[in-house]
Amino acid sequence: MNWVWANLDLIWDRTLDHLVLSVPPIILSFVIALPLGWLANRYRLSRGVILTASGLLYAIPSFPMFIVLPALVGTTLRSPLNLVIALTIYGVALMVRVVADGLASVDADVQRSAVAVGFSTWTTFWQVELPLSGPVLLAGLRVVAVSTVSLATVGAVIGAQSLGSLFTDGFQRGIQAEIITGIVATVLLALLLDGALVAVGRLALPWTRARKTVKADARLRLPVEVTS
Amino acid sequence: MNIFADALNWILDPANYAGPGAIPVRALEHLGFTFLTLLLASAIAIPFGFAIGHSGRGRGLAVATSGGLRAIPTLGLLTLVALWIGIGLGAPYVALTVLAIPPILAGAYTGFEAIDRGAIDAARAVGMSEVQILTQVEIPLGLPLLIGGLRSAALQVVATATLAAYVADFGLGRYLFSGLKTRDYAQMLGGSILVILLALALEAVFATLQRIVVPRGVASTRLPVDRARSARPRPGMEPAITKGNP
Repeated sequence: MNWVWANLDLIWDRTLDHLVLSVPPIILSFVIALPLGWLANRYRLSRGVILTASGLLYAIPSFPMFIVLPALVGTTLRSPLNLVIALTIYGVALMVRVVADGLASVDADVQRSAVAVGFSTWTTFWQVELPLSGPVLLAGLRVVAVSTVSLATVGAVIGAQSLGSLFTDGFQRGIQAEIITGIVATVLLALLLDGALVAVGRLALPWTRARKTVKADARLRLPVEVTS
Repeated sequence: MNIFADALNWILDPANYAGPGAIPVRALEHLGFTFLTLLLASAIAIPFGFAIGHSGRGRGLAVATSGGLRAIPTLGLLTLVALWIGIGLGAPYVALTVLAIPPILAGAYTGFEAIDRGAIDAARAVGMSEVQILTQVEIPLGLPLLIGGLRSAALQVVATATLAAYVADFGLGRYLFSGLKTRDYAQMLGGSILVILLALALEAVFATLQRIVVPRGVASTRLPVDRARSARPRPGMEPAITKGNP
């Protein structure tokens, strides 16, 4: 613990660096995945292309990705922008499938009703499909948040500052406490962002809380119906 | 695109195909390490996963521990274990086995959970013993999801094995680190391309394997349903999203 007290400033700085690296990709991946996921859900051809592409992108290991990106898009190897782009690619790759599945989980009858009362494709998406798939999207975004925070630490091996720098520095100088601090701080940061997303979800999807109790009731009632 | 030409030249340079640091040697080290780690993790995770899936007990505990393990940054675990047991291959084996367990475990028990309870009850009703149910009903029907778990574990291990070159002198990751140190971008990029190709090849192998192991009876009944639905597919029995690759 002594190491922690002596280096609070360093830990705080690296935490801020880490936030700068991980928050933009989480938001960007949601924004970019929405139209792509909609396309993947809408047409069979685009579904195959988009989901295969995102699966392949997701399979690319992050360390090589950080190195290949500068050659492809001209970013500087150690710049935060390079990492933000790489992490956004992973986030989008994960989130596109979630968006497609979430939109597909919306009851087709509800969709047809929206069309029947005169909703355009645009309003159906914003006012019917998007809110109804909200819980699925939120669950996906939480996975993206936790994995982004964890992945951002890998940037330390190419020299980009983050909580991962505590791993490389601790390893090179043989300070166990520094590495453990880095692990704990990374996990805490992931939990913090996860909690923030849950809070946002509660504000944006207030009906999900009510629905949960209904579901629990239905489950309780089920055995009675089966026996009767 | 000049940089990519340099990288390609590096990959094709005959000088990189001789000696202890030759590309084929490094690639084989990388693959062998990945394979052995998956084997170790499977030996631990699959029996537990089958036990949880068959009995339905201990699921909460498995979900909690694997969820916790997944939140741990791989590089942190790798450097910590390397400090404990020293530089060399020991640390990567320990750290990566720990990381590969959660997806395999989840694949094993979700595979069992996805099976129609009616099929298992029917097997019991026709007089199959618990061992027969396990080996002839549950394992074959749960295999596609188990392979799915192995697939995401393989993805994670092959990626993190690159990082393992940070604490041990082995694998394709070596090229990335030595390129970083000497500012040799061609070597770095060439090595990265090789790792990416290896990862994509592994992904393709597992994707094919996942399709092959679907029992014939299941495949034939499932196909027409898929076709009917394909215009508006519903989330199927695909394994839950696993953690990102490191």
